[in-house]
Amino acid sequence: MTTETNNSAVEFTPDRLEKANEIIARYPEGKQKSALLPLLHLLQEQEGWTSPEGMDYVARMLDIQPIEVYEVATFYTMYHINPVGKHVIEYCRTGPCCLMGGEEVYSHLKQRLGIETGQTTVDGQFTLKEVECLAACGMGPVFQVREKYYMHLTNERVDEIIDELSK
Amino acid sequence: MAIKILTEHINVPGIESFDVYRKQGGYTAVEKAIKTMTPDAIVEEVKKAGVRGRGGAGFPMGMKWSFLAKPEGVPRYLVCNADESEPGTFKDHYLMKNIPHLLIEGMIISSFALGANKSFIYVRGELMYVIHILEKAIAEAKAKGFLGKNILGSGYDLELVVQPGGGAYICGEETALLESLEGKRGNPRNKPPFPAVKGLYQSPTVVNNVESIATTAWIVNNGGDAYAAVGIGRSTGTKLISASGHINKPGVYEIELGVPVEDFIYADEWCGGIRTGHKFKALVAGGSSVPILPANLALTLANGEKRLMSYESLSDGGFATGTMLGSGGFIVFDETSCIVRNTWNFSRFYHHESCGQCSPCREGTGWMEKVLHRIEYGHGHQQDIDLLVDVSKKIEGNTICPLGDAAAWPVASAIRHFRDEFQWHIDHPSEATQPGAVYKGEMALV
Amino acid sequence: MEDVKPQLVKVTIDGIEVEVEPGTTILQAARKIGPAVAPPAMCYYQPLKGSGGKCRACLVRVAAGSAKDPRPMPKLVASCLTAVQDGMVVENETNPQVIDARNGIVEFLLLNHPLDCPVCDQAGECDLQNFAFDHGKVTTRYEEDRRTFEKQDIGPYIQLHMTRCILCYRCVFTADQITNKRVHGVLGRGDASEIGTYIEKAIDNDFSGNVIDVCPVGALTDKTYRFKNRVWFTKPVDAHRDCPTCSGKVTLWYRGEDVIRVTARKNEWNEVEEFICNTCRFDKKKTSDWTIEGPTKVSRSSVISANKYRADTIKPSFGQRLAAAEYKPIHDERDTSQLDIQQLPPERFAKVLPSAMEPEP
Ligand SMILES: Cc1cc2nc3c(=O)[nH]c(=O)nc-3n(C[C@H](O)[C@H](O)[C@H](O)COP(=O)(O)O)c2cc1C
Ligand code: SF4
Ligand code: SF4
Ligand code: FES
Ligand code: FES
Repeated sequence: MTTETNNSAVEFTPDRLEKANEIIARYPEGKQKSALLPLLHLLQEQEGWTSPEGMDYVARMLDIQPIEVYEVATFYTMYHINPVGKHVIEYCRTGPCCLMGGEEVYSHLKQRLGIETGQTTVDGQFTLKEVECLAACGMGPVFQVREKYYMHLTNERVDEIIDELSK
Repeated sequence: MAIKILTEHINVPGIESFDVYRKQGGYTAVEKAIKTMTPDAIVEEVKKAGVRGRGGAGFPMGMKWSFLAKPEGVPRYLVCNADESEPGTFKDHYLMKNIPHLLIEGMIISSFALGANKSFIYVRGELMYVIHILEKAIAEAKAKGFLGKNILGSGYDLELVVQPGGGAYICGEETALLESLEGKRGNPRNKPPFPAVKGLYQSPTVVNNVESIATTAWIVNNGGDAYAAVGIGRSTGTKLISASGHINKPGVYEIELGVPVEDFIYADEWCGGIRTGHKFKALVAGGSSVPILPANLALTLANGEKRLMSYESLSDGGFATGTMLGSGGFIVFDETSCIVRNTWNFSRFYHHESCGQCSPCREGTGWMEKVLHRIEYGHGHQQDIDLLVDVSKKIEGNTICPLGDAAAWPVASAIRHFRDEFQWHIDHPSEATQPGAVYKGEMALV
Repeated sequence: MEDVKPQLVKVTIDGIEVEVEPGTTILQAARKIGPAVAPPAMCYYQPLKGSGGKCRACLVRVAAGSAKDPRPMPKLVASCLTAVQDGMVVENETNPQVIDARNGIVEFLLLNHPLDCPVCDQAGECDLQNFAFDHGKVTTRYEEDRRTFEKQDIGPYIQLHMTRCILCYRCVFTADQITNKRVHGVLGRGDASEIGTYIEKAIDNDFSGNVIDVCPVGALTDKTYRFKNRVWFTKPVDAHRDCPTCSGKVTLWYRGEDVIRVTARKNEWNEVEEFICNTCRFDKKKTSDWTIEGPTKVSRSSVISANKYRADTIKPSFGQRLAAAEYKPIHDERDTSQLDIQQLPPERFAKVLPSAMEPEP
């Protein structure tokens, strides 16, 4: 009944592997588990999400049990534990952004993409996620795509950004 | 012109680079500290400065430093809390992004003072671009001999590690942060033991906020007494305030503690007044966790005096009529805002961010959110308001970490000051659920 | 002789004084006095390092921190983790704030609990049932949907009924501390946390069955026992065998002539005394596998124990508790902690049983 994952499926590219080793070396002797969050980010950057195979790979790299990785990946909201579209739009839904019209702009965004929160467009271009305060409340409404912050959103601005990203 | 301790050079073009920062007098504090001062002397200056933790709790930084246990042969750690996730707060983001070397300089001074040879900056993972900025700044400082082995020929070694979070507000709580830094789930630890005795990797650890650590450069350059001369009473120095909501000029402002709340809201130098054509309804002065105040209480104390932007003045009157300075997340609400909706929104935030370890917070935050959602969407019952007050009381003070309190206070305070508005939602559901509907009954708008 | 003894510290709990070694927690000190003053513990488990602090069922008020610093502590504290100080004064059942907080904890723990006791294998020996009985209210104020999960087999022997789980983390500590490889853990966050393996995996190693014994509720159950019986129809008997893997000291649960379940032995706080291996637990179900020692001294939390239905341990009103607490130091015979329940003749049970049915004042 045990469904073991295919261990050889995921590996870091050479430059990421180098980066991973550099990260692991940052921590004191025996504390390499500290590298877990950064390595999961690295994995997600490469794979688009934190796949079970990838998590098992990270577990082997750090010499920890796979469950220790799953526990962490499911705790933190930035890790996508399911496959996602090419662009993940992480939209701030918290109070201060809402005061700046965040909810109206969000309705527009959903309409524009034709999807609801948590869904991916049929062409696989966009996944929509709601997140909490992104520490940019004075510049709200705000969403984030990968590392980039898009601020002072309006319906028009959202259309422009989606057009830009769709290219 | 008001004194600027942190942001004086923030608008200088290129200040994010080592060379420009250095030209503006940067890293002189590191030189002074490492070449001419002992670690204890630095701790002494920080104590004299009276600077209080800028992460929210306001605990005196010098005192925290002097509690650090120093057992022989055990490493000590300094961890900078750059998890900044409290709704309404975006000052650390602003500081790190624009003037990263100020934090690096503060980290070097503080690490030296505490005897730490490896220090961490834990940045919320969403700010990955800021992490790259910090890593670049660290590499520059290292190339110039301000970091790494044998700093400025003094024999003192220091490595700085920038650690990304993974998306969890709770990792701003210092022990959850340490767990996260150890590669675990961000479950806060039971205290005692406190981090000063058993922190990162079970070693003595100091955790301080970005803004707190950044002040040390100025303190070393100008002395603790000079710092203490700024501000008012026990609220010494300046504070970065993140201003958001219905004001004309949202943004981050460095103010001398003691500025009247009224001036801060209405002066052109700062918020520039309530959004044109609107009236001031309510204020959350220190990030979403602190009690919300109606406009009149936000501006004046119970005795009629002006309320000031200071730890003492904002908390004047206790929770009955006061609030807290907290992290300085200053959220302004005008008369178009629905307090019930906002309370539900904050409540959902805490529900979403609870780590789930202890039962009052895990279960109670979800319950409050659901009841508030029910009221907001026109399905409230008469007993719901009292139910919310009771549930918030059963959470408050009974949890492992202060997130439980942080979830309880916004609900309790909104009901304390805006009970009629909740009642209106329950009594007039069809009216209250109209798009854009807001309670228009009696209240103190300014 | 005298000087090798550690200096004992004196603590007062609900008006009763007790002397304990320094470093003892309030909970352990209270347990030393006896079940009537021992705070309930839903997550703390003495044999498991790092357990405790999570459920908050054991909250007490410290009315005086120590003889040196007699100030009260500002908040209620978790008695399972807070060490006693000399001269500390603790209020447990005698403090209305504590009773109120525990009331809240029961309510919180039951919010998302399915309350399926009639079909739950744990019924009759469930810590949550006991806690709710002692500290709960009769009605619920919660009217939203409860969180539900599908039940799940984790290996051939253990079934996980996540809906019943109270997230005490005991099973996680157990897997960490007494098995060589942990494959299950806590996934997700907040009230969406769940115990699981993430990817379908069998919990499969020699000591995995112990997670069943440590679980305070019916979330982890023995598949070889499930629905076979109700615990109150069974007869527990202590037995041992020469086991190459574990101590081989177990409790056999008989229905008639058949061994229907094997568990580790538990102390009066329902804590496992010695963890046992899966062979003893799941494979040795014939009387001939075992050397019988005699009837088990039944755990306090088991319905088989008449302890629960004795008049003096039944939930009295707050006032009665207060009186009982003050009454106790003089009248030692009220201390039932030393009584061996098994020794009592059956008539004795029959006689005191009706008082359990009396309505709450
Ligand atoms: C739920 C919660 C979230 C917190 N978030 C932050 C945060 O994002 N940044 C921060 O500096 N402190 C935060 N704190 C406060 C820290 O626990 C800690 O007190 C602080 O980092 C200490 O630094 P300071 O003394 O310099 O303020 C938080 C506390 C709690 C309870
Ligand atoms: S109060 Fe909430 S966030 Fe803090 S430890 Fe408990 S469950 Fe976790
Ligand atoms: S399954 Fe049982 S032992 Fe494990 S956490 Fe849940 S209640 Fe505790
Ligand atoms: S509320 Fe949206 S960034 Fe803070
Ligand atoms: S037993 Fe102490 S908190 Fe659970």
